[in-house]
Amino acid sequence: MLATILGVIGGVLRLSKNWIVRKLMAVYVEGFRNVPLLLWIVAIYALMTEGTPQPRDFRVAEDGTAAASMIFDAFAITNRGVYIPAPVWGPNAVFLLAIFVLSIVGAFVYRSYAKKVLFDTGRLLPMVWPALLIAIVPTILMYFILGRPIGLDYPELGGFNFQGGTQISNPLTALWLALSLYTGAFITEIVRAGILSVSKGQSEASFALGMRPNRTMNLVILPQALRVIIPPMTSQYLNLSKNSSLAIAVGYPDVRATLGGITLNQTGRALECMLLLGLFYLGLSLIISFLMNIYNNSKKLQER
Amino acid sequence: MSDTDSEVISFFVREKMLEEQEPPLTERGAVKWLRENLFSSWLNGLLTIVSLYVIWYILSGIVPWLWSPTWSLGSLSECREVLTGLGETTHQACWGVIRDRWQQLLFGFYPSDAYWRPTLALVILLAGLAPVLFGSIPRWFLLFSAATPFVLFLLLWGGPIWTPLLVGVGLVLGVVAFRYLVGVNQIVAVLAAIIVPVLFWLFLVEPIAFELTYTAPIGLEFIPSKDFGGFMLSVVIGVAAIILSLPLGIMLALGRASDLFIVTKLSVIFIEIIRGVPLIVWLFTASLLLNYFLPPGTSFDLTLRVIIMVTLFSAAYIAEVVRGGLAAVPKGQYEGADSLGLSYWQSMQLIVLPQALKISIPGIVNTFIGLFKDTTLVVFIGLLDPLGLTSAIRASTDWNGIYWELYVFIGVLFFIACYGMGRYSLWLETKLQRENR
Repeated sequence: MLATILGVIGGVLRLSKNWIVRKLMAVYVEGFRNVPLLLWIVAIYALMTEGTPQPRDFRVAEDGTAAASMIFDAFAITNRGVYIPAPVWGPNAVFLLAIFVLSIVGAFVYRSYAKKVLFDTGRLLPMVWPALLIAIVPTILMYFILGRPIGLDYPELGGFNFQGGTQISNPLTALWLALSLYTGAFITEIVRAGILSVSKGQSEASFALGMRPNRTMNLVILPQALRVIIPPMTSQYLNLSKNSSLAIAVGYPDVRATLGGITLNQTGRALECMLLLGLFYLGLSLIISFLMNIYNNSKKLQER
Repeated sequence: MSDTDSEVISFFVREKMLEEQEPPLTERGAVKWLRENLFSSWLNGLLTIVSLYVIWYILSGIVPWLWSPTWSLGSLSECREVLTGLGETTHQACWGVIRDRWQQLLFGFYPSDAYWRPTLALVILLAGLAPVLFGSIPRWFLLFSAATPFVLFLLLWGGPIWTPLLVGVGLVLGVVAFRYLVGVNQIVAVLAAIIVPVLFWLFLVEPIAFELTYTAPIGLEFIPSKDFGGFMLSVVIGVAAIILSLPLGIMLALGRASDLFIVTKLSVIFIEIIRGVPLIVWLFTASLLLNYFLPPGTSFDLTLRVIIMVTLFSAAYIAEVVRGGLAAVPKGQYEGADSLGLSYWQSMQLIVLPQALKISIPGIVNTFIGLFKDTTLVVFIGLLDPLGLTSAIRASTDWNGIYWELYVFIGVLFFIACYGMGRYSLWLETKLQRENR
C-alpha cells in the first residue's frame, strides 16, 4: 500500500519540470533498484535496533530532561519496537462502525449521482469535498453523541518497558519499510513509463478542447496510462508477496518460518513441508494475479 | 508632398544597425536555467526549497559520518577512543574494519595465498565476455570466450588440469561429429552431437583423467567450494546462473510458444510453478530436498545445487520476458519465414529470435540484475555471501557492534555491478536501434 503511494508520487515527481526534484527521485530509484533488497532489510533493521533509543532513555531524569521523548505523547519509537496507542472498544462501538461504513457507502452513492447528473445534464457537481464530508462528518458527530465509545490506550513508561498501547515489533516495521521503499522504487519507474507512453497529442488535444491541466490528467492521461501500468504493477505485487518471505532475515515469524521452520523441525518431513509451503505461495500468487486480472479487464481498452 | 513623405519616412528609418545585444538577464545563463528548471511556478519553487532541505538534511547526517579519520585503526574500541580524543562524537564511521577485513568480504575463506586465482579469473572472465558483449572485437576471439568457462573452473576450484580439459574435448568431439554428419542427415547429426560428448563424459573422462593425473600431475591446489565466500561467491553464482539461464530461458519460451501440445503444457507448468514460489523457498528446497530426487550415493556440492536452482529460477523469468518479445514480432515475419521455405529452427534462428531478443533486452537485463541481487539470499542456507560475512566479522571481539561501514561497502559493490549492467543494456539498446534505421 505504502509502496503504491510512494511509487505513484515518485513516478509523477520523476517527470516533474523541476530539475532538483527529478534528480532526487532518480537517486532514490537507482539507489534502491541497484542494491539487494536483503541488504536494505537488514540495514533498516539495524537502524531500528541500534539507532533508536532504549525504553529507559524515555525516563525523565531528575533535572527534568529525558534522552528521548515521545511524539505527541502517543508514539514511542524504541529499540524494542514502535509503541502506538491501541483503541479500546466501548459498548456502543458497533453502532459507530456501522455508521462509518454506511457513510462511506453514502459517499459512493453521491459520486455516482454526480456522475449521472454530469452525463444527463452536463452540469458538473463538485465531487471530492462533498464525498469526503459525507464520509467523515456523521461518524464524528455520532462519536460525540454516543459519548466517545472508542477510547485510546496510550503507551506509558512503566517499569523497564512501555505498558499499554500496541507494540509493533521492529522486525515487522523494518520489513514493511524496506519492502515499501524497494517496491516503491520499481513502481516509480512503471508509473513513469506509463505516463510517458501516452502520446503528447492526447494532452495537446485535451488542452485544445479547453480542459484544465488537472482534468486533463484525470480524464485523459491517467486512464490511458493505467492500461500500460497495470500488468507490470501486477507482477510487482507478486514480487512483493514473494519478497515478504525475506522476513527470515530479521527473524519475523512469517509462514516460511512457521511452516518451513517449526513444523519441519518438529515433524522432520521436509518434502511435505516444502510442498505445502510452495502450494501456499503459489495459491497466494494465483489469487493476487486473479484479482489484478479482473481489475485489468475492467480498465482495458474496449475493442470490438 | 512627396518631399514631406520621404522626410517622414526617413524619420522612422533607422540608418545604422543596432548592435547585437545580450538577451535580458532573466533569459540567459544560470538565471534562465534556474527560472525554467527550478522556479517556473510557485509550486515548483516550493518543491525546490523542500527538496533542497531534504538534500541538506540527508547530507548533513551522512557526510560527517563518512568523513572520519579512522582508516588505520584496528578495532572498534580504538575507533571510539580516537574519536572521543579528537573531541568528536562517536556517531562516526570506523573505516578500519574495511581495511582490516576487505579481503574477507571479497573472497570469504578462500586461502589467502591463492587470492590471485579469483582475481585472474575475473580478468579472464571480462576478457572472455568482451567479444560477446561488444561486437567490435575480432571473431577469432570468440574461441577464447568458448574456452573461458573451463579456465575459470580450473582457476576457481583448482584440482588437476585434465578434467576440465577433457570435458572441453568432449564438446569439441560433439561439434566435430555434427560437422561430419550434417551432410548425411540433419537429425542424425544433431543426435550425434548430443550423444557423442555425453558418452565421452560418462565413460571416458574419468579413467583418462585419472591416468593423466597419475602420469603428469599438472594442476592447481584443489579448493573446496565451502571455502568460497564474500563477493566472489555472489559473482560466481551470479555469472554461472546468468550464462546458463539465458539459453534455457529461450528454449522454455520457444517451448511455450510452440504448437506441440505436450511441449507447451510442460513449459507452462514449469514456468508457472517456478515463478509462483519465492526464490528463498527454492533455495531451501535445494539444500534440503534435492538429494531426494537424485540416485542414492550421489552427493552434490551445495554451491553447485544453489547454482542449479538459481539458474532454473531465472530461466523461468527469462522465458516470460522472451515470450513477450516473441509475441511482439509481427505475425507477417513468421509467415514470411515459412513462405521462404525455412525450417522451424532456421526461421527462429535467422528471423524471429534476433528481433524478439532485441525487443526483450531491457527485460532480460532486468532479470539478470534481479538475479545478481538475489544471490545474497544464499546466506539463509549457510553459504557465506558478503551479508553472511558481516555477522562473521561482528562475531570477533574487535569488531563487535559494527554495522553501517560493512553495509555501505557491500552496497557500493553491488551498486557498481548492477548499475553497470543497467548502463550496458541502455547502450546496447541505442546501438541496435540505430542500426535498424
